[in-house]
Amino acid sequence: MENNKPMIHVEGLCKSFGKNNVLNGVDIDIEKGEVLVIIGPSGCGKSTFLRCLNRLEEPTAGKIFLDGTEITSPKTNINQQRQKMMMVFQHFNLFPHKTILQNLTLAPIKLKNMPKAEAEEKAMKILERIGMKDKADAYPSQLSGGQKQRVAIGRALAMDPEVILFDEPTSALDPEMVGEVLEVMKELAKSGITMICVTHEMGFAREVASNIVFFDNGVVAEKGAPQEVLNNPQNERLQNFLAKVLI
Amino acid sequence: MVGKPTNAFSTLERYIVKKRFYSVFAIIMLLFCTTVAYAEGGGFIDKFHHNFIADARWKYLADGLLITLQISVVAVLIGIVGGFLIAILRSTFDTIEKKNIFTKSINWILKAYITVIRGTPAVIQLMIIYFVVFASTNIDKVTAAFISFGINSSAYIAEIVRSGIMSVDAGQFEAGRSLGFSHAGTMWHFILPQAFKNILPALGNEFIVLVKETSIAGYIGIVDLTKGGDIIRSRTYEAFLPLIAVALIYLVIVMFLTMLVGKLERRLKTDGK
Repeated sequence: MENNKPMIHVEGLCKSFGKNNVLNGVDIDIEKGEVLVIIGPSGCGKSTFLRCLNRLEEPTAGKIFLDGTEITSPKTNINQQRQKMMMVFQHFNLFPHKTILQNLTLAPIKLKNMPKAEAEEKAMKILERIGMKDKADAYPSQLSGGQKQRVAIGRALAMDPEVILFDEPTSALDPEMVGEVLEVMKELAKSGITMICVTHEMGFAREVASNIVFFDNGVVAEKGAPQEVLNNPQNERLQNFLAKVLI
Repeated sequence: MVGKPTNAFSTLERYIVKKRFYSVFAIIMLLFCTTVAYAEGGGFIDKFHHNFIADARWKYLADGLLITLQISVVAVLIGIVGGFLIAILRSTFDTIEKKNIFTKSINWILKAYITVIRGTPAVIQLMIIYFVVFASTNIDKVTAAFISFGINSSAYIAEIVRSGIMSVDAGQFEAGRSLGFSHAGTMWHFILPQAFKNILPALGNEFIVLVKETSIAGYIGIVDLTKGGDIIRSRTYEAFLPLIAVALIYLVIVMFLTMLVGKLERRLKTDGK
């Protein structure tokens, strides 16, 4: 490794809402191309951690470096840094007043000054990749949940990000639609993009993750390769958690 | 196949709506004429001539209508610009995490502004603007009305727009920001278009209220539509025809406005339903 800087470096990350301490000093390094799956019981701070990474939530303390740039510094232009780190939401959050194509092209056109024709050509390629080409001119309300989430992933891809954050991308979907979204995510993982996923899909974690971290009480309680973490958990809380999740 | 019946239905629906608009107007005119015919006992044409044609008295109504429309349009524009600005500032300062003295005081001032403007009668505001605020200047009466009605309308529109901004799902804001858009960019591209669609009926309502509110312009000596009708009444010593005519003209303006807002509403329906 000629450059041993991790893609994302987090040190001492804390976040509290009033008196409620959600994150209590998270330290973690995420390498380029890594697929990191975050698991943990409800309320353990995994979603908050993800939302702190792109500063949708302002961290109370601690530092976050993205590709060597400290994004928690007040001097950093966060809007520019966010363009390298897209987010996919649990509830998709597509723009309902825009067509699918416009959902994908608006950000590249407005933020990267990409010519419209180029952005559309690129968006069509992405739509083809996620199997949504025939819906380019439809509006989000005409899509199923699984299709919406695939478009949301496409919208993130259209910005050519280094990192994509997934915040429980399949939790709001009907069971039969989970598969199509996971397929797209698996394909992405192979393409070498850095992914951080908060998810409850243990099958996905086992198959695709490079590393799994277990969050408990706002800290990283255990981290390791999927086999180690899922088959041979050390932490007692993790053992309990897995006993409930892996039936 | 699925699309066709819906289309046919909406065309039919539009046709009925259009028909209804004209038929309502026709019924009003009919009612007006029969009432007049009964009340005047046959001398309708004479009275009509006396009130509107003689000495070109219709000009009071025509010139007044022009002033009323002028005041309404300019005030609406001031109201929209001011209202959107206030609403955007208010909702921004209400939701940001880092509140400081600056944002708090601006927010306080805006709240006070809305409270005062909505809490006092428009006619008093109009007179204060003309007789007190601009007393020492040589301001044109109509300009004073532009300012006064614009300020008044902006306070109401601000609250309408703020409700619209709050009605947009918070996830939309997060989606915009996470793509790398600034706060303002997210507002402009994602929040305001959706908010605008949601508040259109309420905005239409506010425009209607404003048009009729301008009828108090006579208090500072502007000869608007209402005052024009009143002048005719004072000349001819007849109240019925001039007042009914003025009422009808307001009604037609409002119906026209309602139709425009309805058209815009249908046009903004882009969710494919």
